Amino acid sequence: MTVHETRTRHGDSKRGDASDGAVLAESVGGRLSRVDGPAKITGAAKYAVEQQLDGLSHAVLVESTIAAGRVRSIDTAAAESAPGVLLVLTPDNVLRLNTATDWLGTPPPDAPYCPLARDITFSGQHVAAVVAERFEQAVAAAALVKVSYDETPAIVDLDDPKAGDGIPIDTMTKEWGDAQAAFASAPVRICAAYNTPREYQTPMEPHGLIAQWQGDRLTVWEPSQWLDGMARTYAEWFGVPFENVRLVSPYIGGGFGSKAFAYGYSAVAAIAAKMLGRPVKLAVTRPQTFTAYGGRAATRQTVALGADAEGRIQSIVHRGVNETSVDGMWVEPLGSVTSIMYATPNFSSRQNVVRVNTVVPGALRAPGENPSAFGIESAIDELAYEAGIDPLEIRLRNYAEQDPEAKKPWSTRQLREAFAAGAEAFGWSKRNPQPRSMRDGNQLIGWGVAAGTYPVRRAYGEAMVRILADGSVEVESSSIDMGQGTYTILAQTAAEVVGVPAENVVVKLGDSRYPRAGVTGGSRLAGVMTGAVHKAASAALDQLVGLAISDPNSPFHALQANTLVVANGHIRSPRGDGPEVSIAELLGSVGREQIEAMGDTMPANSTADDRYKNYTTIATALSHTEGDYSRHSWCAHFIEVRVDEDFGTVRVSRVVSALDSGRLYNPKLAESQWKGGIIMGIGQALLEEGIVDRRHGRIVNNNLADYLIATNADIPDIEVISVGIPDLHSSVLGGKGVGELGIVGVAPAIANAVFHATGKRVRDLPITLEKLI
Amino acid sequence: MRDFSYLRANSIDAARQAAALPGAMLLAGGTTLIDLAKCGVTEPETVVDITHLRGLDTIAVDDRGAMIGALARMSSVADHADIKSRFPAVSEALWQAASAQLRNMATFGGNLMQRTRCPYFRDPANFPACNKRSPGSGCSAIGGVTRGHAVLGTSEACIATYPGDLATALVAFDAIVHLGDRQVAVDDFFLLPGATPDREHAIGPGEVITAISIPASAAARRSTYLKVRDRQSYEFAAASAAVGIEFEADGRTIRDLRVALGGVATRPWRARAVEDALKGKVLEPDAVRRASLLAIEGAADHGANHYKIELAPRVVARAILKVGETA
Repeated sequence: MTVHETRTRHGDSKRGDASDGAVLAESVGGRLSRVDGPAKITGAAKYAVEQQLDGLSHAVLVESTIAAGRVRSIDTAAAESAPGVLLVLTPDNVLRLNTATDWLGTPPPDAPYCPLARDITFSGQHVAAVVAERFEQAVAAAALVKVSYDETPAIVDLDDPKAGDGIPIDTMTKEWGDAQAAFASAPVRICAAYNTPREYQTPMEPHGLIAQWQGDRLTVWEPSQWLDGMARTYAEWFGVPFENVRLVSPYIGGGFGSKAFAYGYSAVAAIAAKMLGRPVKLAVTRPQTFTAYGGRAATRQTVALGADAEGRIQSIVHRGVNETSVDGMWVEPLGSVTSIMYATPNFSSRQNVVRVNTVVPGALRAPGENPSAFGIESAIDELAYEAGIDPLEIRLRNYAEQDPEAKKPWSTRQLREAFAAGAEAFGWSKRNPQPRSMRDGNQLIGWGVAAGTYPVRRAYGEAMVRILADGSVEVESSSIDMGQGTYTILAQTAAEVVGVPAENVVVKLGDSRYPRAGVTGGSRLAGVMTGAVHKAASAALDQLVGLAISDPNSPFHALQANTLVVANGHIRSPRGDGPEVSIAELLGSVGREQIEAMGDTMPANSTADDRYKNYTTIATALSHTEGDYSRHSWCAHFIEVRVDEDFGTVRVSRVVSALDSGRLYNPKLAESQWKGGIIMGIGQALLEEGIVDRRHGRIVNNNLADYLIATNADIPDIEVISVGIPDLHSSVLGGKGVGELGIVGVAPAIANAVFHATGKRVRDLPITLEKLI
Repeated sequence: MRDFSYLRANSIDAARQAAALPGAMLLAGGTTLIDLAKCGVTEPETVVDITHLRGLDTIAVDDRGAMIGALARMSSVADHADIKSRFPAVSEALWQAASAQLRNMATFGGNLMQRTRCPYFRDPANFPACNKRSPGSGCSAIGGVTRGHAVLGTSEACIATYPGDLATALVAFDAIVHLGDRQVAVDDFFLLPGATPDREHAIGPGEVITAISIPASAAARRSTYLKVRDRQSYEFAAASAAVGIEFEADGRTIRDLRVALGGVATRPWRARAVEDALKGKVLEPDAVRRASLLAIEGAADHGANHYKIELAPRVVARAILKVGETA
C-alpha cells in the first residue's frame, strides 16, 4: 500500500467549485495554468506545416467549380510546363489507394480509393493537384489547369424542390406511449419549426500536412484529434503495416471536430510524396476549409409539445431532417436532447437525412446535441408563454428524475442545482415575463434561459509513466492537446499520484510512436487519459516504493517499513522516522536509471486486436447508458441580450452559466472550455451561416471576413459556475465531459432572450438584424 | 498569386513613372493588394513600393482644415488629437474600420482604393462573370447571394457595394484628393458603376495620391460616424452614416447639415436631399425621421438586401439626432 499526502492550500478555488474545494494548483482539481502556454505565446511551439524538411515540395489543390456532373477533360499541358512544377495529379495518373476502414470500424469495400474526383458531387471537390518546388509556383500552375465539365442539375440545399423528404434513419426513431394522440388531446399545445444553417469549425490553424516517405515508412506531420485513427487510415490506404505510419501532432490550433480524420487532401499529399520520392507540404487554404471536409449539416426540426394546464408535458412529437452528401452519410442526431431533457409519458422522434450536393458534413462541437437543444429549448420557452408559466419554472415542473428514454437513473444530474445557482447569480427572480418590458433608450433588453446536455462518452486508454534518474517524471501518450489542456491535466495527474511537483513532470503527446489513444472527440479524452495516467503512475509509484523498501542499497532497507510516503519529490516513512531522500538520490543509491510503468484501463482479458480496435475506431466505445446508469453532463445558461429597436442588431450583454461536468480536473481549464463553447454559441446564434449560391450550389462566404464568428467585442463577461460533483460511474477520477457541453443551449437561450426583448420569435439561426427590423 | 517585379520608388516622380507602366500597382499598406492577389483578383506585373517615400505621412491640422499625407496610417489619423476634436466623424469612421492590425498597416490614401467585398468579384475561379473584373463578362451577383449588395447607385452591370468607412466621412465634409498638382473632390473621385464598373476612381495611369485635405467646418467639428453591422467589430457596415451639424445661434435651427451613407451604395453616398430638407429647420425627431427617408430615394433592392432600404434611413436619423442632441 502507498500513502499519499493530501496537500491543500486555500485561496485558489472559485465559488461554486463544488467538486474539489481548495487544492494545490498542481494537484488534480487545481487551477494550474496551461503548461504549453509559454511555448505557444512565444512562438516556440512548432505546428505541423511549420516543419522544415530538406527537399520539401509544395502541393496546391484544384477544385471543382460545378456542384454536380462529370469531368470531361483536364488539360494539364500549361501547368506541367510552368516553372518549378514537379507533378500534376489528376484522376488519370493519381496512385490508386485501398479504401480504408471507417471510424466506426466498418470493414471497407474491396474497391480502390481515388482522392481526385471524376464524378463531381459538390462544388469545391478536389479534381487535380499541382506539386512544385515553391508554393508560389504551385499556386500559379494550379491556375493553369483547365478542367472542362459536363454539368448536371444539382440539389443545392434542403429547400431545393428536388431534395425530397430524404431517407428515414430507423436508428434515430424513438417512441413511447402514444405521442400523437396525447398531443391532440393536450389542453396547451405548441408546434413550431426550427432551422439551423450550415456551420463551420473555423479553427485558427487551417488544415494541412507534410508527408514524407522513407522506403515503406510514412511520416505525416498533420494537426490531428486522433493520431492512431488517422495512422490506420494511411496504413490501409497504402497497404503498409500500421506501425510503419507515424503521425506527429504535438500542437493543434483548434479542431472542434474537424481534425479527427485523414481527408482526401491528406491522401493527395501522401500520394505525391510517394510518387516524387520527396516530402510534400499541402496547406489547405481558408476558403478550401469550407469544402475540403464538412462542417455542421444544415438541420430542420419540428417540435410539438402538448401539456396540461399546469404546463406538465404530456407529449413530445419531434421530426428532424439533416442534410448529407450525395455519396456519404452523416446523421446529426436531432432527437438526442429532445428525448432526455424533460419527463413525458408520450414521446415520438423520427429523423430523415436528405442528400444534397455538398461535401459530406462532419462533427462540429456537440454534433446532434447542439441543434437538438435549439429545437427543444426554444419549444419549451414557447410552451411556457403559451401556458403562462415562467420559463425556468416550467423546466423545473418537467424535470426528468431519471432518463426518460433509457428508463435508468442518472449517474449524477446536477441540473436542478445548475438552474438554482444560475438563476441566483443572474437575478432571474427579478424578471418581468412580459416581452418588451425592459429597455434602455433604444435598446430593448431581454432575458432568456435554456438548458444543455452532453452524454459521457467513455473508452479505454493507455499511457506510459517513467520516473527518471533526476527524479522527474515523464508521461507519454499518443493523445493530443488542441488547446483544451491535456498536457496540463496529465501533468497534474502524474504529479499527484507519484508525489512530485507538476513542474517536474514532462508530458509528451501528439506522436503515434507513444502509447496509443483513441479519438479526442465527444468530450471523452480527459476522463479516459486521466484514468490511464492514474493507473500507470500508480504502478510506477508502487515500483519506486517497492525498490525503496526492498533494495539492499536503499537507505530505507533497514527500516523494514511496509510502506513509504512520496511527496514533493522526496521519500520518507509515514511517521517521519528514518531518512528522507529525494527520488533522484534513491534511484542513484539503488543504481536504477529509471522506473517505467505502462498502464491501461482496458478489460484484463483484452486481446491485441481488441486494443487495436479500441484505439483506431470507436467501435469499442462504451454507451453512456451501459450498465445501471445514464451518464450526461448538464448545464443551464442565463443570457441577457440588447436589441436595438431600430436596427435589429442583437448584442449579448450578460451570460451566467451553471454547469455540471462532474469533478473538474482543472477548474481553470474547464472554465476556459465552457466559456469557449459559450462564445462559439454566441456566434452560432447571431452570426454563423454558410450561405449557398443556389444557382451554383457553392458556399460564397468561404472566408473569415464573410463567414462571421464572434469577435472579442461581441463577448461580454461570462460567469461560469461549476455545480458538478464527482461521478465515479462516468470516469476513474469522477469527471464528466467538458468540451462540448458549454455550447449546447446557448443559441436557444439567446433566441429566448430575443423573444423576451422584442416579442419576436426567431426560429431560424442565425438571428440577424433583418429578421428583427 | 503569380510572380511580379518589385520596384522601390525613391521619389514621387519615380513612383508616377513606374505606376504608368502596364500592369503596375502601388504598394502602400498592402492590405488590399495582398488580399486581392491571394484570391486571384489582382495580378500585378510590377509592384511599386512607395512606403519609403518621405514626407507623405504627415498630418497637419489648422483653422483652415486638415492636410493628411497619403501614407499616414489609418490608426495614426484615428488617434490624432486634432482630427478627433475637429473631425470626429473621420476619426470614428477610421477606428470602426477593419481591425487594429489592419489599421496599423493600411494607409489613409490607400484606403480610398479599397475595393468591394462582393463575393463574386473576389472569386474569379468560380465566377468568371464580373463586369468590374472583366468588362463585358456579365454580373454574377445579380440573381445570386445579394445580402451585402448595394441598393443605391447600382446599374445593370454592377451592384457591388463600396465597403469603406473613411470615404463616407470624407464625402460628407467635402474632402479633396490631391494627385500631385491635380485635385479632385472626393465626391467626384469615386465613380458610379454605370456601364463601366471596372472604372472605380477618377485617377489616371501614372497618378499617385499624395494627400487628402478636409476643409474645416462647424459641421465637421460637430459630427459623428454611426456604423451598424452584424457583429460588433471587424465587420463591414450593413449601413452607416456620417453626419455633421451646424446650428444657428439659437442652438436648434439647422444652419448646415452633412449626411453621407456607407454600406448601401456603389460608392460613398452623399445624401443631399436629406441635408436640403432639414437645413433651416428646427431639429425635431419626427422631422428628422421623415427627412431621413429621402436618403434612400431611388433605392432598388435585389432580394436579400432589401433590409438595407429599411435600415439606412433609421441609421441616418439616429446619427442626426445623436449629433444634434450633444451639447
